[in-house]
Amino acid sequence: MAGPRPRQPATKRFVNRPAPTPTVLLAVALGGALGGTLRWWLGDLAPDGTGFPWTTFAINVSGSLALALLPLVAMVRARPALAVGLGPGLLGGYTTLSTYAEQGRGLLADGRPVLAAAYLAGTLAACLVAVTLAGRLSNRAWRAEFASEDGNE
Amino acid sequence: MTPLLVALGAAVGATLRFWVGHHLDDRWPTGTLLVNVAGSFVLGLVVGASPSESAVALVGTGLCGGLTTYSAFAVQTRDLGPARGAAYAIVTVGLALAASALGFLVGQA
Repeated sequence: MAGPRPRQPATKRFVNRPAPTPTVLLAVALGGALGGTLRWWLGDLAPDGTGFPWTTFAINVSGSLALALLPLVAMVRARPALAVGLGPGLLGGYTTLSTYAEQGRGLLADGRPVLAAAYLAGTLAACLVAVTLAGRLSNRAWRAEFASEDGNE
Repeated sequence: MTPLLVALGAAVGATLRFWVGHHLDDRWPTGTLLVNVAGSFVLGLVVGASPSESAVALVGTGLCGGLTTYSAFAVQTRDLGPARGAAYAIVTVGLALAASALGFLVGQA
């Protein structure tokens, strides 16, 4: 979060936005199914266990990094269905905040507040570093174009 | 069977999140905050109730996992800038934790 970069301009200011098209919704659904399945598969391959939930940590950091890299890809910016299929769909389905919160709750309930705090703050810090560094590779116009296509939902 | 249930739940969850975010996210990402907290509540409920493996796959791993997002949360936090971003991150994590705990308690009851 550190750095002198000015705040992103709000790219959508309409109270009554037109509803998303069926194509866009289908792209999100397909991407979400794929991303959710990938997350499940990784969790099956390397279950989180009772300590630091490294698998979910890795999923959330890699997914956040990938989302911040998407505005770099001209083909993604040029096709709204691809932007939402990959951003809110694939990567939104792949990453999870519910499991993260539930794991934090579980660690606290187990009487491991230090581990819980390390996990909750560590994931947040790692994801913010990843998206901040990735954001330096793209320019403001590309990020605004991607955001205006609902890529960051 | 399990991956199919996860895929189905995640497809519905992701679409719902997108729809809510599309209509409610503005300078402040109200929609994403809402789905992240709601998904954390429901997952807490599922874990507390410990239902069948299929129900966990469909509703927990699939629906709640697809409904909530860390990637959008991280990018939105960055784009809000240091002060508002910090507020957004603290509110999201705090409310999601509280919702998860509340859901867990309700699920166990």
